[in-house]
Amino acid sequence: MELPIYLDNNATTPLDPRVLEAMLPYFTSKFGNAASRNHAFGWVAEEGVDYAREQAAKLIGCTEKEIIFTSGATEADNLGIKGVFEMYSDKGNHIITATTEHKAVLDTCKHLEKLGAKVTYLKVKEDGLIDLQELEAAMTEQTILVTIMYGNNEIGVVQPVKEISAIAHKFGALFMTDATQAVGKIPVDVNADGIDLMAFSAHKMYGPKGVGVLYVRRKNPRVKVTAQIDGGGHERGMRSGTLNVPGIVGLGKACELCRLEMDEEAKRLSKLRDKLEASLSQMEESYVNGNVEHRLPHVANISFKYVEGEGLMMAMKDLAVSSGSACTSASLEPSYVLKSLGLSDDLAHSSIRFGLGRFTTEEEIDYAIENTKKAVNHLRDLSPLWEMFKEGIDLSKIEWAEH
Amino acid sequence: MAYSEKVMEHYTNPRNVGTLNKDSKSVGTGLVGAPECGDVMRLQIEVDENNVITDAKFKTFGCGSAIASSSLATEWLKGKTVDEALTIDNMDIVEELALPPVKIHCSVLAEDAIKSAINDYRVKNGMEPIAMPKSHH
Repeated sequence: MELPIYLDNNATTPLDPRVLEAMLPYFTSKFGNAASRNHAFGWVAEEGVDYAREQAAKLIGCTEKEIIFTSGATEADNLGIKGVFEMYSDKGNHIITATTEHKAVLDTCKHLEKLGAKVTYLKVKEDGLIDLQELEAAMTEQTILVTIMYGNNEIGVVQPVKEISAIAHKFGALFMTDATQAVGKIPVDVNADGIDLMAFSAHKMYGPKGVGVLYVRRKNPRVKVTAQIDGGGHERGMRSGTLNVPGIVGLGKACELCRLEMDEEAKRLSKLRDKLEASLSQMEESYVNGNVEHRLPHVANISFKYVEGEGLMMAMKDLAVSSGSACTSASLEPSYVLKSLGLSDDLAHSSIRFGLGRFTTEEEIDYAIENTKKAVNHLRDLSPLWEMFKEGIDLSKIEWAEH
Repeated sequence: MAYSEKVMEHYTNPRNVGTLNKDSKSVGTGLVGAPECGDVMRLQIEVDENNVITDAKFKTFGCGSAIASSSLATEWLKGKTVDEALTIDNMDIVEELALPPVKIHCSVLAEDAIKSAINDYRVKNGMEPIAMPKSHH
């Protein structure tokens, strides 16, 4: 077992060696521009792109023509939301999203508010799921788009996408989802789920960074988005720019592997995750964040009360994890996602996200459990709050000098 | 973020972790910060009849730099007179631990903790509290 152990697979995943192998020729001998229609170099590159498009389509249950390649999920989110807002401005200007969305969605919506959009940010329940009745109540005749993420990047909860899309459609709005954390990890089917637009990215599923997809539905209804990048009219006019052929080939291979191996991988990872979570949540004053039934198989988010996340990560120096503590950020604000669940700031500061992945082994998880326990106990020995808690002092009754 | 060697050293081997009897007249206790902000420091000093700090202990809830700052502070306090202790400036801590700008608040908190412990001691012994520095946050 090599140290440190990578348990931050929600941030990014390592490239699968099989993906790398598929990509390599497209850097060298197959370097052509996929848009060069008049010679073999172009054809070879185009073939690679076509195969990748087919694999991406198969993974999410759509047709090849509905796949728009982008530079990643952030661009896909931007293109989907801004593109719909611009294209459907005659119909309305209201967008509904949720407070726990990724910044790529939230900040895009904020941007559109400056351009005249009305945006509703739905709160989530304590378990991280949105309230469907609240969604329905927020729908108006002006609503053109509901955009709610599939699986959350911090806590892994999976939203009731089918029910959400049904509500959106009932009111004549489109449904978009940022499925960056879900595609390749759990079955996502755009038809079964009623998805009209969907963003995802290769580097969260063992593909390369810098390439992603916006799925845009072509039938029932035919969805259109206004291009946000103008130029040579690539990707059916929706996203100009010479195609990133090696990246796209890598994305395609990653999709293919996920489609073939997802079921088994999800079973294996959820077992390991449950083992990790069961051991760590046995510790005194530790809490699992988010709904534990409806969630991705590979994420655990746990708060260890009375220790601070960044300090804790320092003690877990052989583990690469992340924390909701924002001690490093200038704002000193802890995770907005955890706060949206109604978690108090101190619990948000105390949270650690474990993101398992394809290459995580049971040996690594056993090591992670021991290492984390040791670190938590070490820091609690240093923590005045832990000592006060142990003495039975009610910390909420103390007047803290907030700084 | 990468930590300096000195932060890592104090973090890994923190000095003077522990608790003094807060009810003792010769002990001053400072508890600063707030759990919501992700930092709480408790710093205690024990002062002898010559006004010399004979012992110092800390416990800190916070990031590595906060733990290192308070560990360093206790190290510096021991053997100093109370008046000397009042001259410890947060920038001395920043310099010693090579804290980056985003971690300066940890040193400020440590300075606040020292002054707050000294004030607790002063008040217990019938002296006027000294003015607390304005919090830099």
